Amino acid sequence: MSIKVSLPGVLAKLTDGQNTLDADGSTVAQVVSDLAARYPGLGPRLQNADGEPYEFVTIYLNEEDIRLAGGFEAAVSAGDELTVVPAVAGG
Amino acid sequence: MTATHVEKHTDLPELSRDEILRYSRHLILPEVTIAGQRRLKAASVLLVGAGGLGSPTALYLAAAGVGRIGIVDFDEVDVTNLQRQVLHGTSDVGRKKIDSARDRLAQTNPHVKLETFDTRLTSENALEIIGDYDLVVDGTDNFATRYLVNDACVLLGKPNVYGSIFRFDGQASVLAAEGGPCYRCLFPEPPPPELVPSCAEGGVLGVLPGLVGVIQATEAIKLIVGTGQPLIGRLLLVDAASMQFKTMKLQRNPSCPACGTREIRELVDYEQFCGLSPEADGSPDGIPEITPVGLATRIEGGDDFDLVDVRQPEEWEIGKIPEARLVPLDTLTSCLGDFDTGRDIVVYCRSGARSARAVAELKSVGFERAWNLAGGIIRWSEEVDPTMPIY
Repeated sequence: MSIKVSLPGVLAKLTDGQNTLDADGSTVAQVVSDLAARYPGLGPRLQNADGEPYEFVTIYLNEEDIRLAGGFEAAVSAGDELTVVPAVAGG
Repeated sequence: MTATHVEKHTDLPELSRDEILRYSRHLILPEVTIAGQRRLKAASVLLVGAGGLGSPTALYLAAAGVGRIGIVDFDEVDVTNLQRQVLHGTSDVGRKKIDSARDRLAQTNPHVKLETFDTRLTSENALEIIGDYDLVVDGTDNFATRYLVNDACVLLGKPNVYGSIFRFDGQASVLAAEGGPCYRCLFPEPPPPELVPSCAEGGVLGVLPGLVGVIQATEAIKLIVGTGQPLIGRLLLVDAASMQFKTMKLQRNPSCPACGTREIRELVDYEQFCGLSPEADGSPDGIPEITPVGLATRIEGGDDFDLVDVRQPEEWEIGKIPEARLVPLDTLTSCLGDFDTGRDIVVYCRSGARSARAVAELKSVGFERAWNLAGGIIRWSEEVDPTMPIY
């Protein structure tokens, strides 16, 4: 199932400059694993060594924070979009 | 806040003839009118930081006629600030930012009462300073102060108009408003320090804080006037590269220790919370250093050693030590095979902070003969080669 994944510029350097990617999976975890396999540099920015989400990277399934929708186990289906939002502090 | 103001309409300060003329384009706007302008005059806003975000926010809030504006900043104007911090000018370099800000804002609007705090916002002073204002605009540049501002705003019940930037990406929201989510709902914990590049290391598009700061000023004015739909419960994402704006739902987290369970009842040590030791100055304990003069002596003496620049290629192009080779810090782990345990290794970056992390990594995998160039390119330029550009 093709899921669109949207990354901020700071992570796009790890995906050959691509801000939007298509990935496969039926849960957020599977989509993250698919991306981590294809872009080894990106994996550790989306999940920790145990395959869990970070508290300082918020992932939205469409417009919803996945933390309140089952976390990495949240189900995704074709046409869904994941948006990755890392904490940034610049001012 | 706004409802109270509406109910106490008669308590609002009157506008003088000068003010009526100055704010006339607001007064004829049905969403503002004289009542809204009087609410602005009655309002007080605290700006935490007079840098990239604080600059446009301060200018627009002053121009809009916010009655009392407070600014907290301990820093001085540096020439590298001027690419984005439009509150300050070339002649202000070296002055306190609060002094530069006060002069500029008085020129923008003499009707505004300005209050300045020449201090870092800390757990000791935050509640007292913030408590004297209606709302806060967060224009800080580090996670420790962002969590501090958040927790103080939640404890005091003050809205926190949030903005944050990095490179081409920006975020904005209204946090800690009554019934709304807070910063800890968005990011329960900060990233570890080694994953946090500063604008000095990572760069920032100069106009981006302009975009995001103006959004913060807009939200502050809407909250005060009581018009429109504030960014409460929404996170605005700004991508200046593709010029796309997206809005995500930002829900209150029932288990949030600040605004949910309310287990945070007082301010904590935010440096510690963010994994920063108080003495952290970019040279972690136990990292051996070589001075710029020491390095120059070794180069002139023809010593055989491996001089490694761990900055980004864009920085390498600005200026480099000729004998060096480039291994950006984020590629170091995959390039360890290129290092020789039998040779001395000297590592440098711009300031000495990233190279200290590189030396720590090298030593942790067995390269015992590694040194950090103290003070990086900046000190090299000051003490050895004045033709080396500082940036």
